[in-house]
Amino acid sequence: MLRVILAEDAVLLRAGLVELLTRSGHEVVTAVGDAEALAHAVDADRPDVVITDVRMPPDFHDEGLKAALALRARHDRLPVLVLSQYVATAYATQLLSGGGDGAGGLGYLLKDRVGEVSEFLDALTRVAAGQTVIDPEVVRVLLQQQSADRPLGRLTPREREVLALMAEGLNNQAIAQRLVITEASVVKHSSNIFMKLDLDPTEGNRRVLAVLAHLREHAGH
Amino acid sequence: MRDRSAVLAVPETARPPDPATDEHRGDPSVAVWAALRRRPLRFLVSWWPWRCWAFLLSGTLLGFALLLTLAALLFLGLGLSVLGIGVLLLATAAVIGVPVGAVERRRLRWVDPTPLPDPHGSLSGVSAAAWFRTRLRERATWRELGYAVSLATVVTAVGVGFVALLGLSVLLTVVPVIVWAIAPDTVMLVPGEPISDPVQALPGSVAGLLGLTVCAYAGGLLVGAQVRAAWFLLSARDEDLRSRVIELTRSRARLVDAFEAERRRIERDLHDGAQQQLVALTMTLGLAELELRGHDSPTAELISRARGEARLALDQLRDLVRGIHPQVLTDHGLTAAVAEVALRNPIPVTVDIELPHRLPTAVESMAYFSVTEALTNASKHSGASRISVVGRVDGDRFTLLITDDGRGGADPVAGAGLRGLADRLAIQRGRLIVSSPMGGPTQLRVEVPCSA
Repeated sequence: MLRVILAEDAVLLRAGLVELLTRSGHEVVTAVGDAEALAHAVDADRPDVVITDVRMPPDFHDEGLKAALALRARHDRLPVLVLSQYVATAYATQLLSGGGDGAGGLGYLLKDRVGEVSEFLDALTRVAAGQTVIDPEVVRVLLQQQSADRPLGRLTPREREVLALMAEGLNNQAIAQRLVITEASVVKHSSNIFMKLDLDPTEGNRRVLAVLAHLREHAGH
Repeated sequence: MRDRSAVLAVPETARPPDPATDEHRGDPSVAVWAALRRRPLRFLVSWWPWRCWAFLLSGTLLGFALLLTLAALLFLGLGLSVLGIGVLLLATAAVIGVPVGAVERRRLRWVDPTPLPDPHGSLSGVSAAAWFRTRLRERATWRELGYAVSLATVVTAVGVGFVALLGLSVLLTVVPVIVWAIAPDTVMLVPGEPISDPVQALPGSVAGLLGLTVCAYAGGLLVGAQVRAAWFLLSARDEDLRSRVIELTRSRARLVDAFEAERRRIERDLHDGAQQQLVALTMTLGLAELELRGHDSPTAELISRARGEARLALDQLRDLVRGIHPQVLTDHGLTAAVAEVALRNPIPVTVDIELPHRLPTAVESMAYFSVTEALTNASKHSGASRISVVGRVDGDRFTLLITDDGRGGADPVAGAGLRGLADRLAIQRGRLIVSSPMGGPTQLRVEVPCSA
């Protein structure tokens, strides 16, 4: 059971999320409608994980995202799951690169994902456990554009599958399970990937960040 | 290979449209005078004299009525000027030229084919006060007042004389008929000598016809003079048009802002309304799915399908919003937004946009619109395999170059997309240059001033 603080300005969605989380055995400590209330709630009672919408009152820009980053700066290793309406990789990068030393779970999911209840709950658990989760759709968009480019052309199809899951934030064990292969071969694949893409093999958020940065950087060139 | 290059949209230094009055003042060719000069004899038997007489006669009546009205307004206005109503009457007298000018511009069409442009600008409101405020500030109003006063005085006086001469001539001409048919022995051409025989009255007819001839030519000359005066006083001048160009430019800029605001509003409405509802729907369906897990019922399958359909609707809605005004453009600026749309494009796009700072909102939005439009075009029609987008700020000007390696031959005039893009750019004093030779490559160059 996780203790969750939820920030979502759309009343309908907030109520729905509360119901979903409660039914799934989690405890919603507070559910608020704007970024300021979120900051107060977290400061008053630190939860296991924060779920926040990107766009919230008063200006309906990226208040939720900024609040999440500010909270992570104040509360060490606070896991945050950001829900977004947009596949915009710029937000995901903003979240990941603003996350301090990369410790503590981070998630960037499309709002649609809450419809896939079990996937959503799984992502929430992983974020709470300190892992990084990037929406598969965001990763797919990045990879799709990559397929025509050279650096990725050097990867084998299997390595590309591993890369996609890595970008989503899965660890080696989870990747092995997903692809039904041994963890040892995942390690082999990933070290091949890092070598071929000339990346620094790191762990956790930084690994995901490195992969995302690489994908973004090469998407335009 | 023909290079189909074309510059769409107005260049920044577009001159105001040449006023139609130029031709009037440059080489005055009043229609009635031209007819007189070209074939003086033919003039007599043409419709011209009749038209001129009708014009002068109606002008005299109008002028007389105007004289009475003006006199009444002035006397009452001055007499009651201690009361508020007097001032109102005087103000009415001041703007009386406006309706008179409108009537006269229409009446002028009887005798001259060139229409006179209305010199007045548009109003700032619908109230009578707004009308007065605007009109009293316009020079055209005072020129029209000058015309109205001279219509009431000079034209009326000349007109009365002319009508008297015309009436006398007509009367003299028809004397034989009167003598023969109505009143023998009562008509006198020379005092004291009543005429009993129509034949005796023929010299009167001769004199009358002579008078009519004079009236025909004099009428032509007078009408011509009045046409010239009207051209001088009633037509729009450069200064009127210049202020209208400024006014139009301003209203066009306001229109762009309104257009932009409208796009944002639509985007926000979709985001806060339909999108949230759909997300909530998929969530509820997801919960239902979870509840039914393990039970092997056809309902579970239906719910799963419903969730898929809701998901599809969400995707489509998101695509729609991206085409309108994406949130990432507002939050992260042009480079991020273009990178985003480039990632989504079916044909690989390389993006190289360097900005020293965030561009003004209107320019950002315009540039984003240009890129999406260009990418859509290239992906649909060009058969290109690569597209590049390069953006630079050069001084006060943001330049976008969108190049594809497709088959070329894009016709900027035929395509509604490029046409619309050029129109939107023109509003911001920008321009679109399309170069698309047969066989490619196609290059779109978009230039927008940053200070717009």
